[in-house]
Amino acid sequence: MEYVVLLKQVPDLAEDLAIDGDGTGIDREWLSFVASEWDEYALEEALHLRDATGGSVTCLALGVESGDVSELLATCLARGADRVGKVGSFEHGPDSHAAAAAFAEALRGIPHDLVLTGVQAIDDLDGQVGPLVATRLDLPHVSVVTHIAVADGGGAVTVHQEYAGGVVGEFEVMLPAVLGVQTSREAPRYAPVSRVRQLMKTATIEALDGGGGGGGGGSGSGLVIESMAVPTVGRAAEMITGNPAAIADRIAAILAERGIGSGAAR
Amino acid sequence: MSAEILVLVEHRDGAVLDTTHELLGRARTLAAASGGEAVAVLLGSGAAGLAAGLGAARAIVVDDPGLESFSPSAYQAALVPLVRERQPVIVLISNSGPGMDVAAGLSAALDLPLAAYATDVTMDAQGPLVSSQLYAGKIEAKVRFSGGRGIVTVIAGSFSGDSTAAGGSPAVEVVGAAATDERIRFVGLIRPAAGDVDITRESVLVSVGRGIGEQDNLELVEALAAALGGAVSSSRPIADLGWLPRTRQVGKSGLKVKPKAYLALGISGAPEHLEGMRGAELIIAVNSDPRAPIFSVAHYGAVADLLDVVPALTARLGG
Ligand SMILES: Cc1cc2nc3c(=O)[nH]c(=O)nc-3n(C[C@H](O)[C@H](O)[C@H](O)COP(=O)(O)OP(=O)(O)OC[C@H]3O[C@@H](n4cnc5c(N)ncnc54)[C@H](O)[C@@H]3O)c2cc1C
Repeated sequence: MEYVVLLKQVPDLAEDLAIDGDGTGIDREWLSFVASEWDEYALEEALHLRDATGGSVTCLALGVESGDVSELLATCLARGADRVGKVGSFEHGPDSHAAAAAFAEALRGIPHDLVLTGVQAIDDLDGQVGPLVATRLDLPHVSVVTHIAVADGGGAVTVHQEYAGGVVGEFEVMLPAVLGVQTSREAPRYAPVSRVRQLMKTATIEALDGGGGGGGGGSGSGLVIESMAVPTVGRAAEMITGNPAAIADRIAAILAERGIGSGAAR
Repeated sequence: MSAEILVLVEHRDGAVLDTTHELLGRARTLAAASGGEAVAVLLGSGAAGLAAGLGAARAIVVDDPGLESFSPSAYQAALVPLVRERQPVIVLISNSGPGMDVAAGLSAALDLPLAAYATDVTMDAQGPLVSSQLYAGKIEAKVRFSGGRGIVTVIAGSFSGDSTAAGGSPAVEVVGAAATDERIRFVGLIRPAAGDVDITRESVLVSVGRGIGEQDNLELVEALAAALGGAVSSSRPIADLGWLPRTRQVGKSGLKVKPKAYLALGISGAPEHLEGMRGAELIIAVNSDPRAPIFSVAHYGAVADLLDVVPALTARLGG
């Protein structure tokens, strides 16, 4: 079985985001990047599946200049991916439609039974990459997948799609197919930093054609961003200040006003 | 271009989901503003009966044995020709698993723009205007469609859903599926086993997120919950880590709760979490990040380390 994982980096939300001068994008100057959380789950699932069925895991990321794609791909290798490739060349991370166009172009030249990617990313304003890639390649796709098992001697997978309240739908999906992964059976494995650094120097990262970014009709998102803003957080909340003891006192008082705590029955 | 506002009806177990009623409510408002029509699209097998309760001017029921249950491939095959033919100005779809599948599939197949994670959709002289939440709620974007038409996936709870009565019975039109695609076969629904505690019935929830840091720290919140006569619930990552049972998870893929008091401790307030708890009567958030989106739904907030505040609060309550 040939597994392909599509990954990307996203801005690290631990740091404050700011809006650029145009007011239509985020300010990229001081951004730091991390792997998109759900893409890491997709990789983890691919590694488990490969270990069970044999075959290989190929990790693809777009060749984006901002952030550190080589580090992302070296981390994939350190975790156990067999091959990695950088697709196309972009100054910044493109929108999902352009990303999907490039990934689809690259996938035409790579054997793939199962393509796995994160169910979503925190910045995909124009939709999720998985179903966009799948539709371009005329493959079936399932989003919000929480369980994957290879079935039918490798001709299909059984997957769970998660709904509200922990209810899941079980589906049998003919391969090749694309899945948007919501969570992995185990937490993404650790890759020692020293190993990643070493691989960044020694590993081969294949360069793959992404169809020139704009290739083929309809690769743009068709969205026009009028404005972006940092919402004024806390406009509704009354903020409690002071040291932890003072905060605790105030919270206890707010709860007591409503008959909660202070011995009140539920 | 027609002035139709299409709404994809999501139904499961023979019932239309609340999120569909929310979308229909907004579709009617948009239709009224633009002189168009709110049209519900219901895919199913022998499910036409569900159409009568939809608050839309018109309901198109696509009836096919292959649509008995949701399947991404079958839905897409049936919807692509329908949307291509009707040329609606907006297609409203819920930002659910099925919604993500269908919306992005339609966008790519029809070359129609898609605005995801929407919390608002309005219409003015320039056409549809969509507000979307990005970066887990830390950025708000306002977008338009270059051709004036597009697809929107809407976060649950963005519109009030209790206006179903306003629509009345729609004119129902039953059609066959123009195409089928059986590459994805529905096998069945699996329901979770009942949990030890039913968090939807608790009046006080002490809810923890990744900010708890370590599993051992859960003892601190258990003690606080006990002192308050409530129960501990969590964001998704805590359930994913197996630190608490899945039945304690609040949010989009967890449970929707409306307690008298909800303490959000070390929870950032991602849209998928807010979906499950924004209806709580009282929300108090403690988070070390002053810009955490949880503060935009909280009634009271404190920028602090939960590991300091929680023991102090428990002690204050005599726990
Ligand atoms: C289809 C789908 C369904 C989903 N369903 C759900 C769902 O049902 N429920 C759900 O919750 N999520 C759901 N999610 C996940 C959601 O997108 C977020 O990833 C998740 O809610 C984040 O959880 P969190 O707030 O605990 O973690 P984080 O976003 O990592 O936030 C941790 C917070 O803790 C704060 N913090 C850190 N240390 C401290 C400290 N010592 N004291 C105080 N604060 C601290 C940080 O500032 C941060 O704000 C879903 C996602 C998808 C794609």
